[in-house]
Amino acid sequence: MTTIYSARKIITMNPARPVASHVAVRDGRILGAGTLEELSRWGEHTLDERFADKVLMPGLVEGHAHTMEGVFWRYVYCGFFDRTDPDGKTWQGATSVDAVLERLRTAEKMLDNADAPLTGFQLDPIYFDNRKISRADLDKVSSTRPIGVVHASCHIMNVNSKALELAGLLRPGINHPGVPLGDDGLPTGELKGPDVMTPASVHVGFDRDMLACDERGLLDFGKLCVRAGVTTVTDLAARLSDDAVDTMLKVTEAKDYPARVVPLRFFQGLTAKDLIDNAVALKKRSTDRLRLGMVKLVADGSIQGFSARMRFPGYFNGAPNGLWYIPPEQLLETYERALDADIHVHTHTNGDEATQLAIELLETALRKHPSPDHRYTLQHCQLADAAQFRRMAKLGMCVNLFANHHFYWGDEHYNLTVGPERAERMNACRTALANGLPMGIHSDAPITPLGPFFTAWCAVNRLTASGRVQGEYEKISVEDALYAITLGAAYTLKLDGEIGSIEAGKRADIAVLEDDPTEIGAMKLKDVGVWGTMQGGRIFEATAVAS
Amino acid sequence: MALSLTIIGGYLGAGKTTLVNHMLRHANGRRLAVLVNEFGQLPIDEDLIEAQGDDIISIAGGCVCCSYGNDLTLALMDMAALDPPPDHVVLEASGVALPGAIAASVSLLQGYALDGIITLCNAETVMEQAADTYIADTIQRQIEDADLIVLNKSDLVETGRLVEIKEHLRRASGRAQVISAQHGALPLEILLHSFDDREAAVPTPTAQHNHGFRTLSFSIPTPVDARALARDLADPTFALIRAKGFVDDISGTKKAIQVVARRWDVSPSSNATPTAIVVIARAEDIDEDAIRALISTHRTMIANGADSPHDSEIAPKQ
Repeated sequence: MTTIYSARKIITMNPARPVASHVAVRDGRILGAGTLEELSRWGEHTLDERFADKVLMPGLVEGHAHTMEGVFWRYVYCGFFDRTDPDGKTWQGATSVDAVLERLRTAEKMLDNADAPLTGFQLDPIYFDNRKISRADLDKVSSTRPIGVVHASCHIMNVNSKALELAGLLRPGINHPGVPLGDDGLPTGELKGPDVMTPASVHVGFDRDMLACDERGLLDFGKLCVRAGVTTVTDLAARLSDDAVDTMLKVTEAKDYPARVVPLRFFQGLTAKDLIDNAVALKKRSTDRLRLGMVKLVADGSIQGFSARMRFPGYFNGAPNGLWYIPPEQLLETYERALDADIHVHTHTNGDEATQLAIELLETALRKHPSPDHRYTLQHCQLADAAQFRRMAKLGMCVNLFANHHFYWGDEHYNLTVGPERAERMNACRTALANGLPMGIHSDAPITPLGPFFTAWCAVNRLTASGRVQGEYEKISVEDALYAITLGAAYTLKLDGEIGSIEAGKRADIAVLEDDPTEIGAMKLKDVGVWGTMQGGRIFEATAVAS
Repeated sequence: MALSLTIIGGYLGAGKTTLVNHMLRHANGRRLAVLVNEFGQLPIDEDLIEAQGDDIISIAGGCVCCSYGNDLTLALMDMAALDPPPDHVVLEASGVALPGAIAASVSLLQGYALDGIITLCNAETVMEQAADTYIADTIQRQIEDADLIVLNKSDLVETGRLVEIKEHLRRASGRAQVISAQHGALPLEILLHSFDDREAAVPTPTAQHNHGFRTLSFSIPTPVDARALARDLADPTFALIRAKGFVDDISGTKKAIQVVARRWDVSPSSNATPTAIVVIARAEDIDEDAIRALISTHRTMIANGADSPHDSEIAPKQ
């Protein structure tokens, strides 16, 4: 059963025939891209002209996201920027503290159970001139039910008095850097850091494991993918218990699940040996739409949380160096075991010292376990300098840079965390590419919204939220950005032979667009309209996937 | 009643797991609960294990070992809800964790009282680690956070070198006692507070030698200022590793005193407890007469209605 689709234009990402008018699909795979005359020679076929006025390009690949975004949309959206939920409703940004409170109040009125918690997400007081939200503010929404609103970073939460009381934290004498106190000696309701959030988060509606995703969350996440033109998406820090894997298999196997999910097994709580043994076992359970067997390590914390490991000259505001999340010896052992067992590893590094450690240890491991095409990838890697990129390229590594960070927190980095010079070289896409490093760019959804065209726009324009261009030199071309959100990301997942371009033999994964991203102009790249996707030959229209 | 919790910190290879096994082996009827970052490579000696589940190991004598993996706070909250509760919780921190940060998190949780922070150092490698490009500051922070530093594997370096390392650790810490050990083999009363409030038990021997440590017990039949006494017992001149006891406070209530090196704490106690205090120190450090004199001074001051000697000098610990 062959279908030939016509289109206004097909951007193939195959340099040998970069543009085509038709694409032929059979059994969920691509027979070829070319003219109708060329493709008709495959024999009997149906000509489908529904995309005659659309632009097709390879299904987009998001190389660093978390499926828990699907879960978060059950909570109240408190973000500063407009954002679209899985059902296609665009929530306007809440641009003041009052607007946040008003939105929470509206949601509160819709809860029928008097004790039910009220949960919000994506708060970011940076945009309210750092005007802190206090428990008194949230008490005005309700003083009787627990309320918790997690910040965009997912590392800070604001709660009301009731939630503090349930957590046992509404008392004097608390002495903890993550729990600021008010003039009355009691916590203000801001809880900084996962350890501090947990006693309250279990009372305000968050799951015990914030990274976890359930069946409904995974379904909702799939809808977000369709809306963003994404056909392959990573879940970059999954615990992957047997139950979680069963759920993921069940959900993704459904005939109408629209995305290929690539969950990476999170390292925490496992020895290097158990982690790799686990990944080897998981790999065997892989299906087309659930690719198991990769591993995610975390070397350090975050730059804006001052927990990233920095080399000289350290933090711009003089904060002490950050934290290691894994002992170097364990990182090395994990690399060695993983190389030996042919397990693919992605490592989170934010600060340049963490990046340096990962590079050095991987080099050591590679000397013992030479692996010509390992593609071990550093995720975020936000502060890497040119020398580090050069060395990574020589070692056969890849990078996935956090282009969106620039827009959301670039001003903060410029003024506070790393200062002007290093802020301008954060997420240095041009330097990475110039040194031959295979590169993806990412959203880290739900930290920032899933939307590769927006991510590409960030890498191309390097604008901060205040409208400054930060790092003119590190801008990349639209073409390079489109490569990064397709073949570039696919390469980091070792999937570039299957996806990332529209050419004979590949999966029929296609983003169906209203606009031509190569023509719309660099400044409008984020506004490319997405009609929907084709995933494995199945067609998903964004407006139709709403429940 | 709050669960006593001891944090065991220290870098990889310092012997934390060996120490934990030693504790379980010498728990002597006390029900220890151990929290480890991860299972694997036998966190618990096989002969101690009664049953093993996904994230809990049952150990003979009512002890348990749980792995906390990604969320320490959740594991602690679950452990506080155990029924029956353990007698003492021992938390083995991960190799790069800062025990002080863990202590701060524990302080937020209901149902826990911090007994102290023990940081283990590997005598063979600690100096190298303290100079390492990547982990030197982590090692330093682990040392600074400690109440008690156990310099483990001390048999693997020669005596002169050991003295130098101890001196380095003392300087780096500024406040902790440094004890050397082999295979973590230290008496449990050094490592954990050794009495159980509920049973009001003060061990009977007045002097006892054990692994080069000495335990002394002093009866305190008349009232003292409990906070002032606790503070004085924590003074480095006495070189005490631990002190614990029950006294009649000037407030007219009975108080429990607890000292771990320079950390001290005074809390309310039930009235049935006998008034006495037990101190532990290295045998060569302990000065029985000086401690007796201190206690006597404190008793006399109260008997004479005087204020305690340095009442305004140091703010009491919260």
